[in-house]
Amino acid sequence: MKSFKIPKSPDDTVKDILLFLLKNEKVGSIFALSKVHNNNHAYTLITDKELLSNITPTYPLMLANAGKMISRLTMIEAVKSPVAVVLRPCELRALFELVKLEQAKLDNLLFVSFTCGGVFPIKTKKDGLENKLKEYWENVKTGEDFQELRESCRICENFVPDNADIILQLAGNDTNTGTSVLIKTEKGAGFLEGIRDQFDEGSLESTTLDTIRGKRKERKQKTFADLKTEDFGIEGLINIFGRCINCHACSKACPACYCKLCYFESADSESDPSTFEIELKKRKAIRLPADTVFYHLGRLTHVGFTCVGCGMCSDVCPTNIPVSTIFSKVSERIQKAFEYTPGKDLEEKVPMSIFEMKEFEDVED
Amino acid sequence: MEEKTLPRILGFLCKWCSSTGADLAGVSRLKMPASLIPIRVMCSSRVNPIFVLKAFLGGADGVLVSGCHPGDCHYQSGNYYTRRRFAVTKKIFEELGLDTNRIRLSWISASEGQRFVNVVTEFTENLKKVGKNPVKAEVFL
Repeated sequence: MKSFKIPKSPDDTVKDILLFLLKNEKVGSIFALSKVHNNNHAYTLITDKELLSNITPTYPLMLANAGKMISRLTMIEAVKSPVAVVLRPCELRALFELVKLEQAKLDNLLFVSFTCGGVFPIKTKKDGLENKLKEYWENVKTGEDFQELRESCRICENFVPDNADIILQLAGNDTNTGTSVLIKTEKGAGFLEGIRDQFDEGSLESTTLDTIRGKRKERKQKTFADLKTEDFGIEGLINIFGRCINCHACSKACPACYCKLCYFESADSESDPSTFEIELKKRKAIRLPADTVFYHLGRLTHVGFTCVGCGMCSDVCPTNIPVSTIFSKVSERIQKAFEYTPGKDLEEKVPMSIFEMKEFEDVED
Repeated sequence: MEEKTLPRILGFLCKWCSSTGADLAGVSRLKMPASLIPIRVMCSSRVNPIFVLKAFLGGADGVLVSGCHPGDCHYQSGNYYTRRRFAVTKKIFEELGLDTNRIRLSWISASEGQRFVNVVTEFTENLKKVGKNPVKAEVFL
């Protein structure tokens, strides 16, 4: 695999590459995380070279899943002129799922990604994220577990962006002296033609990455085991989801939850007074807002195949329900049963759209 | 008196096979426990897993999804999708410690009146053993 090194920090390396692409008119615009007014961050679509100085693509914060944002951009039509998109591996996987679900189009998109060290929960931003950056990058280098990161990042095994065109090597790499860039695909090579006279040979996989992956896997297994979802039963579910306020933020933030009209927000899910009366006769009391357990179980049946474990849901939950950990765990089992890996291969069909004549004989009679 | 202690089963029966099978059981005067509340759907694949969950959380002791045998679907392949959907629901039940004995997927053809009776009887007997759905006593859903 072609590679080259730029003696700059990861962010500046991305800027160099993007500037090259913009200057040579290889892309018309850039999609990346930027610093906006007063040290806030947001995903931005940029065409102006001057504004490139504001981008902070490796800043460890995910305010929205970029996969979902790109889906918004390309749902109706593919973008006309090439766009360089800088995003994290889980965001790229989410986008690939959305493409399969016909919610996004990949034409004219160039993907720049990196071996990901994870992100902080959004609320860390106000608790002084800047002071933690030094420690963060140290941990990215060593691959050690960093307690302050999102739970979903600490247990993430899929931190290598297999489907990206251009990949920066961050996790397990010392980026103090410079950043290595790998050109993964033909498409990437085409876009970067002329950025260097000659390229080195590089490899994406390494024993360091395997070690990091092993550590995270171990953590994941432990976290999943500690969760003890098998023991939940109805009582456990009420304990966990009982503090849900039905704000549906998890569904709004979730890249896999793509329905324009969600059942749980439709008139179908509204209860009229007579329903409440019937319920009251049966149960003598009811909780309001109603149907919180129902909402989460229902959402699980819908996103179980597609869940890429990005952790947005937990992050936006105002009542700190570990939504992502529960969903990741259950989804992992569902995906295993259907032998499906979300976001990996565009050719692999979404499980709900296909079937085998003979399968799951244990569920039927 | 017996009826009060019978489990309550909500059944989603496809119009072409299972519902017709149930009719056949009726006109054949076959006896079975009066535990099933049937809902006719055009195809078993119309049953969104959300329906099953809604019934379960609404207090049904059991939920039956029933359609044509694989290969016999009136719409060619609807029941294959049903099976996938049901497999997901069951997986979620397993993972979250909910009782998978309370949900059942059975293929019953239009000519299988006796099989319909058998399925309902067997499911009812199983549910008697499993007991009442604990959801009924819960206020905080």
